[in-house]
Amino acid sequence: MTVKTEQQNEIRRTVKKLALVVVGMCFFVAALVPLYDLFCEVTGLNGKTGGPYVFDEAKTSPDTSRLVKVNFLTNTNQGMSWDFWPEKGAVRVHPGAANTVSFYVKNTTGRPMIAQAIPSLVPSSAAEYFHKTECFCFEQQLLQPGEELEMPMRFIVDRGLPRNVQTINLSYALFDVTERIGLPADVQNSDPASPIAGG
Amino acid sequence: MSEVIHADHHDDHAHGPAKGLLRWLYTTNHKDIGTLYLWFSFTMFLIGGVMALVIRTELFQPGLQFIEPEFFNQMTTNHGLIMVFGAIMPAFVGLANWLIPMQVGAPDMALPRMNNLSFWILPFAFSMMISTLFMEGGGPNFGWTFYAPLSTTYAPDSVTYFIFAVHLMGASSIMGSINIIATILNMRAPGMTLMKMPMFVWTWLITAYLLIAVMPVLAGAVTMMLFDIHFNTSFFNAAGGGDPVMFQHIFWFFGHPEVYIMILPAFGIVSHIIPTFARKQLFGYTSMVYAVASIAFLSFIVWAHHMFTVGMPLAGQLFFMYSTMLIAVPTGVKVFNWISTMWRGSMTFETPMLFAIAFVVLFTIGGLSGLMLAITPADYQYHDTYFVVAHFHYVLVPGALFSIIAAVYFWIPKWTGKMYDESLGKLHFWLSFIGVNVTFFPQHFSGLAGMPRRIPDYALQFADFNMISSIGAFIFGFSQVFFLYVLIKTIRSGAPAAGRSWEGAKGLEWTLPSPAPYHSFTYPPEVKNEEVHG
Repeated sequence: MTVKTEQQNEIRRTVKKLALVVVGMCFFVAALVPLYDLFCEVTGLNGKTGGPYVFDEAKTSPDTSRLVKVNFLTNTNQGMSWDFWPEKGAVRVHPGAANTVSFYVKNTTGRPMIAQAIPSLVPSSAAEYFHKTECFCFEQQLLQPGEELEMPMRFIVDRGLPRNVQTINLSYALFDVTERIGLPADVQNSDPASPIAGG
Repeated sequence: MSEVIHADHHDDHAHGPAKGLLRWLYTTNHKDIGTLYLWFSFTMFLIGGVMALVIRTELFQPGLQFIEPEFFNQMTTNHGLIMVFGAIMPAFVGLANWLIPMQVGAPDMALPRMNNLSFWILPFAFSMMISTLFMEGGGPNFGWTFYAPLSTTYAPDSVTYFIFAVHLMGASSIMGSINIIATILNMRAPGMTLMKMPMFVWTWLITAYLLIAVMPVLAGAVTMMLFDIHFNTSFFNAAGGGDPVMFQHIFWFFGHPEVYIMILPAFGIVSHIIPTFARKQLFGYTSMVYAVASIAFLSFIVWAHHMFTVGMPLAGQLFFMYSTMLIAVPTGVKVFNWISTMWRGSMTFETPMLFAIAFVVLFTIGGLSGLMLAITPADYQYHDTYFVVAHFHYVLVPGALFSIIAAVYFWIPKWTGKMYDESLGKLHFWLSFIGVNVTFFPQHFSGLAGMPRRIPDYALQFADFNMISSIGAFIFGFSQVFFLYVLIKTIRSGAPAAGRSWEGAKGLEWTLPSPAPYHSFTYPPEVKNEEVHG
């Protein structure tokens, strides 16, 4: 019978090891999410631009030897009927210089809504050289029915931008996050049962 | 010494199965559980097959004739999910349960009670998933790959049932795999070294490791979906800082090893059948083992070839293109070895052999279209067309499924003690062979011409190919009902089979009488060299 119990012990050891692998893989999946974000941030692959940038105008000077064209694209996510467009479709800027552009937004619906703009930039190799000191995409916009807004965006194209990049396309997708964030108590809709587009 | 112990304890083990239906609920016997798995997967196969026929009926002619697009989407989604998780995978686990203990000379699986649990989870999982079809809003309709946000923001309310069903299937697979690995590593008869193991055991050992590695990834993906849907997180929601493309990365990190999970045991089965009917030893046993291991390793670094069109840098596209093409090398080794095994053998063409040879030929066709898809620039044309549908059905139907059918014909004399009717078996083979090719070969052409997949209606130019496909699908579908008849006839009135049911069959399972006794190898058998494939 000792052969049998020895075998049972071996089986128990194997099962423990395999269970550890399973647990390890569960942690691996959980880790994939931050790893994915890190990977995208390092490579700029999904065109995400960074958070607020601190810009010291005294320490840098514009590179007047070249002009970079920055195209702005706007769209609203499916089911969201706001007006949303850039003041100018494109600007030509010197790397190293601070620029301000503005975006127009209007809540065309009959209820207060909260919107969140998500940027995406191509080519991805330019993502790390595109800095924003001020952007409406850093926060959410709460607009009353019919309310409109001019939203400024200040940006600097880094002097280090590779010379082969002559055009940068920056797109903003506007998402309806009313349900996700929840309206503040003082602007609660009189009709809370009204359907919210986009879920 | 051992003789004495044998006599002392023999009576304790001589009992047969318990009586009544509860036997199947309580059983911990690997043969019973294998049988349960096989019948379960056959049931799922027929249900998934009916869904396929609903799809092909709608696609028989352009225009919408029979079903609504919304229901069509539910049919494609559930057909895929049921065939992958309900038919192919449980069938292989059933074969593993029946065969692995007998092939390594063990009395049972290492963890018999867990074995019972891993099977009995499955009927609940699939009842839950299929029940969503009858709920308000319908069942899963987002494709078997359930890409977010289709499966989160835009999913029907029943998606939560789907998520928990996937959790259960994952738990079942993980427990089954742990059981298989523990059996193979610890319970082999003395003298059966790793490199003397039958190929089916080897392929399942590697498959089980793949399952353990990737099933938690699938569980993680659906759990993130669950959180996005119910707990306001934004894993796959861009508005909250997440990324829908990340879903595809996580899904295919699971999904690509998953497709090898569905084919590696098939390689093992074919490596038993071809030597038997060629009456030669398997050519290149060692290279077969290493080829399977290399395929398993490569399966982890090729996932993004499913998503070339998401917008990937050139370096990524090249990496995934070349690593994918590299898989052709070990797969080619296996195909050449099977052909070399047949070379100058004394071949006979019984039904299992016919299915095995068809496997080699048709699986290779599927592999070749896979290589075409791996070419990144070409993939932009093929992506999401019927060419992809033709490709993966060629590797899954005449690939995985034919190997399972071959295995059933090959081992059914061992399981039941009865021989199937050879002429009925051959008729089943030819109907299946013609049906499968008539169904899927034209889909290469409609795909190359640009017909997108997952649509209930299509442009007129694809009408002829679709009509041919639908006719083939009905031939194939009804020939599987005929298969059911052949099986029942075998079980009820087949001719008695010998212990070594095939002249050239080797391996420990053939040293047992047919049908295999309820308890076999209670005492480890002697592993003789002439029973070893390698």
